[in-house]
Amino acid sequence: MDFSQINPWILALSGITVVVTIWMGFRSAKTSKSASDFFVAGRSVSVGWNASAISGEYLSAASFMGIAGMVMSMGYDALWYPVCYACGYLFLLLFIAGPLRRFGAYTIPDFAEGRFDSPLFRRIAVCFVLFIGFFYTMPQMKGAGTTLSYILPGLPYWVGVVVVGAVITLNVAMGGMKGITLVQAVQYWIKMFAISVPIFVLLAVYGGYGKNLSLNQASGEPAPAAQVMVMESIDHGRRALPEKAPKDEAWIAPFGPLTSKAAKAAGLSPQESRPLSLLYTYSLIIALVCGTAGLPHILVRFYTNPDGAAAKKTTMWVMILIGVFYVFPPVFGLLGRNFMPELYNATGSKGPDKVVLELPTLLGKNSVLGSVLSGITCAGAFAAFMSTFSGLLVSMTGAVAHDIYGRMLKPGATPKERMRMFKIAAVVVGGLATLLGTQVELLEINFMVGQAFAIAAASYFPLLFMSAWWRGMTMAGAATGMLGGGILALACVTLTSVGDVIAKTGQAAALKAGTVWAPDAITLFWKGHPLLRILSEQPAIWTVPTAILLMIIVSKATREKIPADARMKMLVLHAPESLGLKQEYIQEQQGAGH
Amino acid sequence: MSQPPPDENNFIHSEEFLRGLMKRQLRLSVSCASAFLLLLFGLPLLNYFAPELMARRIGGFTLSWLVLGVLFFPYVWIIARLFITRSMALEAAEVRLAAEGNKKLS
Repeated sequence: MDFSQINPWILALSGITVVVTIWMGFRSAKTSKSASDFFVAGRSVSVGWNASAISGEYLSAASFMGIAGMVMSMGYDALWYPVCYACGYLFLLLFIAGPLRRFGAYTIPDFAEGRFDSPLFRRIAVCFVLFIGFFYTMPQMKGAGTTLSYILPGLPYWVGVVVVGAVITLNVAMGGMKGITLVQAVQYWIKMFAISVPIFVLLAVYGGYGKNLSLNQASGEPAPAAQVMVMESIDHGRRALPEKAPKDEAWIAPFGPLTSKAAKAAGLSPQESRPLSLLYTYSLIIALVCGTAGLPHILVRFYTNPDGAAAKKTTMWVMILIGVFYVFPPVFGLLGRNFMPELYNATGSKGPDKVVLELPTLLGKNSVLGSVLSGITCAGAFAAFMSTFSGLLVSMTGAVAHDIYGRMLKPGATPKERMRMFKIAAVVVGGLATLLGTQVELLEINFMVGQAFAIAAASYFPLLFMSAWWRGMTMAGAATGMLGGGILALACVTLTSVGDVIAKTGQAAALKAGTVWAPDAITLFWKGHPLLRILSEQPAIWTVPTAILLMIIVSKATREKIPADARMKMLVLHAPESLGLKQEYIQEQQGAGH
Repeated sequence: MSQPPPDENNFIHSEEFLRGLMKRQLRLSVSCASAFLLLLFGLPLLNYFAPELMARRIGGFTLSWLVLGVLFFPYVWIIARLFITRSMALEAAEVRLAAEGNKKLS
């Protein structure tokens, strides 16, 4: 496709999104005055605004573009992603959100210290917040860079990263949490509009969701009526698939290209590979559900509600808002497979990953409708990187300004000093994240998101879950479990990705030299041991239980160190807020944000 | 601010109250979680053991796709809705229980 000409509609609509974001940032900066506004938006965000803001923050670049691309290239197996993102939020609601809110800890490090009376544990937790935060910002940045170079062909990758990084850093530094709440709320509706309107138009032209799915036939199925019925606007039911595209059977049926990759590489028969695919599916589910519950920027939002009842109502609305959204990206993937199969010939951001941006051009690249719809999806993509990055930046900045500065470096800091520190920290962290973002052009969005989830699932989730429900936890147990699980997961995903990079470079070199690629040692090992490959690529199924087990064993071994007032802490975690127990024991919370 | 040591005679601070509290909350959370985990973990098993059934077409969708791509979301809403109403009722009941318990002791 030739995109040497810039489409004015795409440029204008994306530009408007950026300008509106900056304008709203300035507007709300005027109302953000106190430290509490900066850290928890004054705890006074109404249910509607907050639900939209949380949803806006939740739906990242991976949700907006990645899921559609994955469904297009992998089919059914990729549907687990949107479902588990939604379920992860439910899991958070069932087990973690209530206790944490009642406890009154503003950040995970607050909780870590408050629950175990250990400033050391706060330090460990802060490092982890920053680590996972940076890990999760990189894919957002990458998405911004690739989208901007799609909108303005010829523009280098780093420009998009710097533009988004600068806009959001400015917003966060000016308005803090309160500033971005409004922005994120509006961005949710931009995203919702951007993902749904083009789909409705495309489905009106190309036939319904079910009809399009029925065009993908598993072998042995009789041809349905839909395929015989030829639409006026198109010649056939769908366009021919290129060589590289997965076959219908593998695409529409469970245990397809994603979950059976390792077994296929090992040369196993379809029958032999099915149990391994099942294992992969379960591990993926665990990683996504537990990982969502462990992402630091999601938890902070529970504190921006005025009270517990409002927090619960907000959560209900968030479930509905994100659930409705997640129905749409797979439809993009499906339509992309049926009507834009040429995307299969490229990989990553030049291939299926850009299906959301590219698909509306089916309606005619030079027609106004096609351009406007394309512009709308590009604007939605921008909203996606910006809102998730704002959320991450606020939580990382909060960790630096509140936990490192306000609690460790200068415990007696006045709210004013903390607010100033918040602004400085926002600029430093934002700059650093932007810099990192410019370095990750070659990595895949979904892959990076997957790594962040795998690490969060094996570290934060066990920590929060066990600390909230088990009285016998000690600081040593909590720290060992969190670090053990996190490091194991990190080691596994690093091993997998380093191996893949070596294999890819080897293949490219062989192709260049015109020789046959001789697989390296790691690739050969994976070929011989598909089970180990799955457990390394998707480690949650054993790292999450390992982390929990470590917590139990070490806590039992250090039983005498159980915090003396553990009972009081459990009471605060579980007794209704209206009994007013919180004040009895967390007293120094009057400062920033409390 | 200095704080008086928790009054052991206070019903809210009793072991009994805390145990009951956590038990009731955990029971609610676990029952809601098992409702959605049943479907979440059951679906791969159905795909594994009953592939023909799950590949059956309903309005163009395979049954498996229909469940995972569309129906799962309303299902999650129902569970969330149930949990929220029940847990709010539970909190109200706890507050009443605490007030009664304190009255009895004093």
